[in-house]
Amino acid sequence: MGKVQAVLHLGTGIMANGDNRWHLPCKKKNHPEGRGVKRLIVRMFFVLAVTMLALGSTTQAATLKLAMDADPVSLDPHVQLSGGMLQYSHMVFDPLVRWTKDGKFEPRLAEKWELVNPTTTRFYLRKGVKFHSGNDFTAEDVVFTLARLKKSDDYKGLFENFAEAKVVDPHTVDLITKEPYGLVMAMGTYIFPMDKKFYTGADEKNGKTKDLIIKTDYSFANFNESGTGPFTVAEREQGVKTVFTRFAGYWDKNTGNVSEIILTPISENPTRVAALLSGDVDFIMPVPPTDLERVEKTDGLQLVTMSGSRIITFQLNQKRREEFANAKVRQAMAYAYNNVGVADKIMKGFATPAAQNSPQGYQGYNPDLQPRYDLDMAKKLMKEAGYEKGFECTMIAPNNRYVNDEKIAQAFVNMMSKIGIKVNLKTMPKAQYWDQFDAQVADIQMIGWHSDTEDSANFFEYLYMCPNKETGRGQYNSGNYCNQEVDDLTLASNSETDTAKRSAMLQKIEKILFDDAAFIPLHWQNLSWASKDNMNTEDIVNVMNFPYFGDLTIK
Amino acid sequence: MFAFTVRRVAQAILVMLIISFIGFSIKHNFGDPVRELVGERVTPQERAEIREKLGLNDPFLVQYGRFLQSAVHGDLGRSFFFKKPVTEVILAKAPATLELVFCASLIVIGLSIPMGIYSAIHPKRFFSRLIMGFSIVGVSVPVFLTAILLIYIFSVELGWLPSFGRGETVRLFGFWDSGLLTRDGLLHLIMPSIALSSIMLPLFIRLIRSEMMEVLETEYVKFAWAKGLKPRRVWYVHAFKNTLLPVITVGGVQLGIMVAFTILTETVFQWQGMGAMFIESVSRADTALMVSYIVVVGFIFVVVNTMVDLIYGIVNPTVRIAGRK
Repeated sequence: MGKVQAVLHLGTGIMANGDNRWHLPCKKKNHPEGRGVKRLIVRMFFVLAVTMLALGSTTQAATLKLAMDADPVSLDPHVQLSGGMLQYSHMVFDPLVRWTKDGKFEPRLAEKWELVNPTTTRFYLRKGVKFHSGNDFTAEDVVFTLARLKKSDDYKGLFENFAEAKVVDPHTVDLITKEPYGLVMAMGTYIFPMDKKFYTGADEKNGKTKDLIIKTDYSFANFNESGTGPFTVAEREQGVKTVFTRFAGYWDKNTGNVSEIILTPISENPTRVAALLSGDVDFIMPVPPTDLERVEKTDGLQLVTMSGSRIITFQLNQKRREEFANAKVRQAMAYAYNNVGVADKIMKGFATPAAQNSPQGYQGYNPDLQPRYDLDMAKKLMKEAGYEKGFECTMIAPNNRYVNDEKIAQAFVNMMSKIGIKVNLKTMPKAQYWDQFDAQVADIQMIGWHSDTEDSANFFEYLYMCPNKETGRGQYNSGNYCNQEVDDLTLASNSETDTAKRSAMLQKIEKILFDDAAFIPLHWQNLSWASKDNMNTEDIVNVMNFPYFGDLTIK
Repeated sequence: MFAFTVRRVAQAILVMLIISFIGFSIKHNFGDPVRELVGERVTPQERAEIREKLGLNDPFLVQYGRFLQSAVHGDLGRSFFFKKPVTEVILAKAPATLELVFCASLIVIGLSIPMGIYSAIHPKRFFSRLIMGFSIVGVSVPVFLTAILLIYIFSVELGWLPSFGRGETVRLFGFWDSGLLTRDGLLHLIMPSIALSSIMLPLFIRLIRSEMMEVLETEYVKFAWAKGLKPRRVWYVHAFKNTLLPVITVGGVQLGIMVAFTILTETVFQWQGMGAMFIESVSRADTALMVSYIVVVGFIFVVVNTMVDLIYGIVNPTVRIAGRK
């Protein structure tokens, strides 16, 4: 017994020693005669309490405590093309231009721009802009950044059409494309100039050049930043928290008043919501569908939602199944899927039912195409196709990639059973899903797509053009849908610089895909942000889900 | 004693080898880490190049051999996600988990012993029944539910306690981020510790109670009563000491299990320890980190069990540790 107690005391003994290490020095001066364990402990707690009170009162008013589902994976904006990295880029860097809420371009580091000739766009850069390192921002930095983008595994595909950038004078730069290209400005939103001087030279730590892009290991750029953006990274512990502080030399003085952002990743939905409800954080994104109502009804909080631009679809593999090669069967399946019902019941209204890829506001959005749920029509089509008795097929879907992905897939299985198609569904985590998707292991496969260019052609290029390993087109077309007209129109739209003509082409493609039932469109996932109601959240969020935190004003 | 230690170390190494082998052989089923590192636009060819560069295409045994070779030199590989050596990542996360387990253990020990003894001595009193009823509920409610209930009651509704994270930490010895020394850190510890202890506490109360009741029926306790000893002495000295033996054995195993249970607790409370790190590394297919976590937790299990064996020998001198003949 006595020995057990000794063991237990050992534990507390360590703790007390730990305390001594920290608080004895300051105590000894005040109470040199201090003896007796009890008194010592009481005093230790007193000192602790006082220090805590002092620390607690140092918080500032314009600090934003932000909780997202993940934090940036690196400080190097070119290391990965993902929503999280772009959100980070908008905080620490500035793009040449950025999207406004109504789909227009707003000057940022480029003040104005003009088309010099069909393949050259001239950007006039803002003067007096400083990088976080103190270096001046010039045309050289834009040239450096574009060259680096073309070296990035993730970005080089997007910038394939760009040949180079040329310095005209220190504040003017030409972006030259290989052919006339309709999306130069859209790509300008992805050019976040990086500090050439800062990222040039050899890094002492690994002996390599500072501009190297390394995904899985240490690199200078992964752990250091110098952008022109509203915030600098003051402190970062990956996966735990990142502290951003306002850049004193930021060029745009007429923006928000947030002086510090403390970003904490909270991956669990209920915990993230609870953190907002309890006031431990000020701003969360995303808000899980189950808690939207609760957040909206809570006093002192505001909820902002918006129809998103990520389309969720099912692809029907025509190579694996001869049934799916028959347009009537595909149409029947499209008619049998009740996407309005799913958006309403499963997504709880947190999705916009879709009949095409392009969300409203995109050049390719075709207003004539509407969801077409009609079970009788579906049965009729199955009969016409000669599959009145139905058939059996396989399907895979991820279970942690899209909102409610597993439930949606199950609903689809039920709906198909009504027209006699028995679907054997298998769901799996996203880490395993994509290999299976690429290998086309099932007849029906789920995929959601967000257009990186915020343009309709991107959907067609990746999801519906004839799969071609050499060009990389149709890379995610696991339906193996192949239609020469769609291919030709998509390619033509890329070099068309007249917006009206281009829009007509893209809308025509949507119509072809709809009539052909090239895929089953489900819905666009909505986006959501919630915050305390003393800030202008509505103004800073957008359909790309890159909140412009630099513009946030807390009253 | 020396022979015992040597044997234990040998056993530990064998256990770790087996664990690492299993960890390595299942890692392929967790998917392709390259997928998590690149955007959707990267072509299959480019992905294949990255895989080749990372050595992910080599045969299983080659990869495992390479892993063992560097593991001997103290290098468990590099985390793709953190872009750092995994030992560094795990060392940085370990204090959070260990402090959480430590506090939860304190709760378990501090509450289960008095409650267990009380309900064994007075099995029919109302309070004993209350304890037993509570322990049934405690055993049957899953940890994440307890955790979420705690958050909603004490953070959202009452606003007394912080809802997530570790709060303010103090750096000790240059590497140990401790939450035990600040008021904020302690406040953040309360709910996760309670949630984590909620699985073990009922179990220990029941264990101590039933052991104690059994011991109270033994001959030597009856003899002690017959000798006219004071009830206190009979209960707390004679009976309780023998109650402890099985409790320590079970306790050692449970402590290891508690480390594993931190996965759930840490995920719900966004507690940045090894458990949450493990779950994230699984979803990111960050295989080096995954395997290392399994090995480290295996190591903790082995160490704890060895210590339990030592303590066991001290508490009960009739039990001789193997090797001391």
